[in-house]
Amino acid sequence: MPAKAPDNNPLPTHPNYKLIGKNYTTPDLYAKVTGRAKYAEDYRADGMLFAKLLLSPVPHGHIRHIDASEALKMPGVKAVLTVDDMPKPADAMTDLGQRIPANPLGERGLTNDPVYQGEPILAVVAVDELTAAEAIEKINLDIERLPHVVDPLVSLRPGGANARVEGNVWTRPPAPAGQPAPPPQLRTLKFSDADFKDYDQGKLPIPSNLDEWIKNNDPQAGAWHYGDIDAGFKQAALVLDETFVTPNTSHQTLETRSAMAYWQNGKLYIHCSTQSTSQTAPAVARWLGMVDEHGQPDLSKVVVVSEYTGGGFGSKITSAISAIIPAIAAKKTGMPVMMRISREEEHFIGRARPSTHGRVKVGFTKDGRITAVDMFVILDNGPYDPQGDTNNAGRMLSLMYQPPAMRWRGLTVITNTPPRLSQSQPGGFQGIAQMEPILAKASRKLGIDQVAIHRINAPEGKAPIGPAGPNGKRPYITSSFIKVALDRGMEQFEWEKRKARPKKSGTKVRGIGVATSCFVGGSIGFDGLAVLKPDGKLYIQSGIGNLGTASMSDCHRVTAELLSIPWEKCEITWGSTGKNLPWSCPSGGSQTTHAHTRAAYAVGMDAIDKLKQIAAKDMGGKPEDYEVSGERVHRKGGGGGLTLAQAAKRAIELGGIYDGHEVPKGVNKMTQISAQALAGQGLMAVARDSMPRDGNTHSFVAGFAEVEVDLETGVYRIVDYLGVADVGTIVHPRALGGQILGRSMLGIGHAIGQKWVYDQHYGLPLAKRFHHNKPPTILDAPVNMQWAALDIPDPETPIGARGIGEPPVGAGCMAIINALTDALGDEVIRRAPVTADIILASLEAGKPAGEPLTAHV
Amino acid sequence: MAIIRDIMPAFELFQPATTDDAVVMLSKYGKDAWVMGGGLDTFDWLKDRIKRPAVVVDLSQVKELSGIRPWNGGLEIGAMTTLTEVVRHPEVRQKFSILSTGAEAAASPQIRNQGTLGGNISQDARCWYYRGGWKCYRAGGNTCYADTPTAINREHAILQADRCVAVNPSDSAPALIALDAQMVIRNSKGERVVNAEDYFVGPDLDITHMTVLRPGDLLTAIRIPATWAGTQFYFEKVRDRQVWDFPLVNVASSAVISGGTIQRMRIAVNGVAARPLRLKEVEAAVAGKPRNAETANMAAELAIRGAEPLRYNGYKIPLMRNLVKRAIRGVEEAKWA
Repeated sequence: MPAKAPDNNPLPTHPNYKLIGKNYTTPDLYAKVTGRAKYAEDYRADGMLFAKLLLSPVPHGHIRHIDASEALKMPGVKAVLTVDDMPKPADAMTDLGQRIPANPLGERGLTNDPVYQGEPILAVVAVDELTAAEAIEKINLDIERLPHVVDPLVSLRPGGANARVEGNVWTRPPAPAGQPAPPPQLRTLKFSDADFKDYDQGKLPIPSNLDEWIKNNDPQAGAWHYGDIDAGFKQAALVLDETFVTPNTSHQTLETRSAMAYWQNGKLYIHCSTQSTSQTAPAVARWLGMVDEHGQPDLSKVVVVSEYTGGGFGSKITSAISAIIPAIAAKKTGMPVMMRISREEEHFIGRARPSTHGRVKVGFTKDGRITAVDMFVILDNGPYDPQGDTNNAGRMLSLMYQPPAMRWRGLTVITNTPPRLSQSQPGGFQGIAQMEPILAKASRKLGIDQVAIHRINAPEGKAPIGPAGPNGKRPYITSSFIKVALDRGMEQFEWEKRKARPKKSGTKVRGIGVATSCFVGGSIGFDGLAVLKPDGKLYIQSGIGNLGTASMSDCHRVTAELLSIPWEKCEITWGSTGKNLPWSCPSGGSQTTHAHTRAAYAVGMDAIDKLKQIAAKDMGGKPEDYEVSGERVHRKGGGGGLTLAQAAKRAIELGGIYDGHEVPKGVNKMTQISAQALAGQGLMAVARDSMPRDGNTHSFVAGFAEVEVDLETGVYRIVDYLGVADVGTIVHPRALGGQILGRSMLGIGHAIGQKWVYDQHYGLPLAKRFHHNKPPTILDAPVNMQWAALDIPDPETPIGARGIGEPPVGAGCMAIINALTDALGDEVIRRAPVTADIILASLEAGKPAGEPLTAHV
Repeated sequence: MAIIRDIMPAFELFQPATTDDAVVMLSKYGKDAWVMGGGLDTFDWLKDRIKRPAVVVDLSQVKELSGIRPWNGGLEIGAMTTLTEVVRHPEVRQKFSILSTGAEAAASPQIRNQGTLGGNISQDARCWYYRGGWKCYRAGGNTCYADTPTAINREHAILQADRCVAVNPSDSAPALIALDAQMVIRNSKGERVVNAEDYFVGPDLDITHMTVLRPGDLLTAIRIPATWAGTQFYFEKVRDRQVWDFPLVNVASSAVISGGTIQRMRIAVNGVAARPLRLKEVEAAVAGKPRNAETANMAAELAIRGAEPLRYNGYKIPLMRNLVKRAIRGVEEAKWA
């Protein structure tokens, strides 16, 4: 369907490609389907021992003494590891050699000061898991209990406990000029009783001294604003002030974070589960304190193996700190050690999205245009390092709905619950979730169509995002065509037809909803490496993690496209830093498709340059007289040339830059070492993406949903869902569709049932397994689920492709929530997830039921 | 002693080939023996090392315990028959479809392939405090953690709670009660048969058991009489997820209706008390009444009489009321333009 967009005319287009935009069989497919794929847990090594974890029984405490004597007496028990065996949190170094100091309150993998129930205290290493488990039951812990709190608002009440003795709110001290930021600090903040006066009505307390507290404690990271919000609210025809609560959701990857490690000649070989291959090696080295004389991770001492990863969603960007436990155990025992993480352990150490309690005040003109936004977010951060979700929530709101004036304030509150980490669309999801119900409510109050109110507030082109930077100007994005996506979706979803249908029939009521969503869609500056060999084949080295998105192979098709090499003649090497891989981006935050189509483009251009130079050397003329097509480098317009195979052979004869004996300085050290190792085998294409980009890359999705609610039971089903993506050029349709729908389901899980449950008195979790946490199943998926993508290239990147992993989440979740309020009105829903009990109880009561602000119910 | 979960401890495993052998083993090991059907309930307990039997008697090799056969015009279903077999059996579907519907509502396809009818009705409570290893009344302690001011008890009992507020989670149990089924139990002393509704016990009678089965007992079969074959059935389960989830509340009923009048009816609900409840007062009240909204409303109000909500489960009262209503008068299906 041709996209129409009066506001965006003329729309950019891209050439017809042979490989880009076409489906193909990924190189890992057969192994996955046949079960030959080996995940971390599938590896075995001679004499391998097993480690099991002893988890903290208390939510907050201090281990005064560990008595492992009976355990150590057991035959088959080889070692007990405690925090004394673990390295301290290590400083990191910038590329400029500046030290980034570690957070002294950061995680170390094991602890004597547990800050959540389920935190690993020690590991027992034994000949098998059964022996290790029995040994753990023989260990006695002498624990001093400390006050605990699992609800951020309870911690903020007068007299509320702090989750750690150092305080309850993370703050970020300002960085000295030209220096990296110092570590974050915990401070204490308590609201007054008066601040809580509307708590039971579901209004998030905003303490009267909030501005003063932020000014004195967190001036750099606690608040920002732009525009004149007072004037914005003054000119508003409608002002809504709403509270919404989003859930804590475990990442719940199917593959738990098991790891196996052994040492050979002082070198660590670690088989782990990770989203990124290249990037995990320095992370593991840093966790283990293995740094070179410059303080940089010593990559000559670590080999990371991860050929297949069973899901990450942000929880395994560079694997997990728990992976160093078997590495240290292997060093201590002199034997390989496997640590399989059970499903229950994964619940505790497997990471989760932090919930937000958000209160957002929004002004609208009578036409539905937003005049001002005032946002306050409280994050349930868990006990460890501060997550960026509060700030991201504000930034993404500012981009998605383009308020001309906005104030954002956030508190990152710690609790004695498992550690949080980025989860697909971190913070962006929460910002979208805070705002979408308000937009839908405004559409009802103002009598404006839901799609129309989204469209009128949507970004277009190089739209601004967030507050002004140090230069006094607001940063902006590379491009947005979300209005086109809304138009396309409206048509494909038959929005008007559905809107015209009667809402109620029998005991059922139907509703339709739309939501828009956005997130960062790509980074720049990474490397690519490939060798064109005399057999005429292109051997591509991939440092991208194989986390199930297909980007590990998708991106490299750009190089093949440029060189006109059939995909069947391309071989990809991936999955082990021992196999000479280049420096790649972390596969998180939807960076990879953008970053590595660029890197692959740079590699392709480097190969073409070298091919033309070789042709000119051999056949006369200048390099620019030649072009590459049909697996040949030849004179423009036909004539003499070399096959790629011949050129590869010539590259070896020429040596130097042509076969990798000389490596360009601009590439990362890891890439240099890998290139040197592969030198002399053919024409080496190696390059860093140093192409310009004007703006920050972001991706967009519009979600459309219809729901049907049974008024007698509160049960609802999602009848239809459509996700329309504005993610630039389509690289691999099947993988893209999988991402749009898969990540929409991740969001839909937040809408329909996924959550944590805690008993606040004991500080202990009740929902620890799949059937308690309730991630959605295939039967919860919408009956009819469709995707579409605009295929409009982003103008700031050569192929035009952006990332897709994040924005479907918010669109999926909030299209459902907005459809539910369309069906049920504004007096039912105050938080996600929305379950049958809340709907039924609210309908019975005629007002919102359930506790609006209590955490983990 | 430190606690570790999610790894199964060692035990002695017996796999008898006949019912007689199984009964001998259960008699010999008494309280030390654990009866394992499909293993779905068993492995949860064993992997969490909370129940620590010395001996597990795995019934999977006892062929005579599985299968569906004719019995007095009705059916006898071996206790080890999988839920999938129950769901697919032509005669069950034709005469007693409420049972196939109820069995199909349980868990997930994978679990139904492995899980048995005997196991589904004999499974333990799913209260997350109890299953989490908290030393509560049901676990032999002296507290109910699910009934404290901070307890999260959205899935707990509204009726017949007695210290313990756990509920029975079975989807096939109310269907069997509605069909007036009987449970066949064997032990070393012989065989006894109990009515479905009497198979289940509440905390007032026995706070540590869900059924009348005691050490040495073996549920061998479930008998379904012809009495309610082909009558008008209603089954509905309300749950959070559409697969792999226990009921918040479910309802099952069989009714003989002639000329718009309810001649006789059996109705049971589950998920509201520690045992599936047969609603005898409702059955009596609707007998002879016209099948209409008025009768349904009257019966529904009767059904929830005495229901008491905990902090988070008040919704179960209107939910049970509405499900009973629907069992009697049906659901007005939507007709979209």
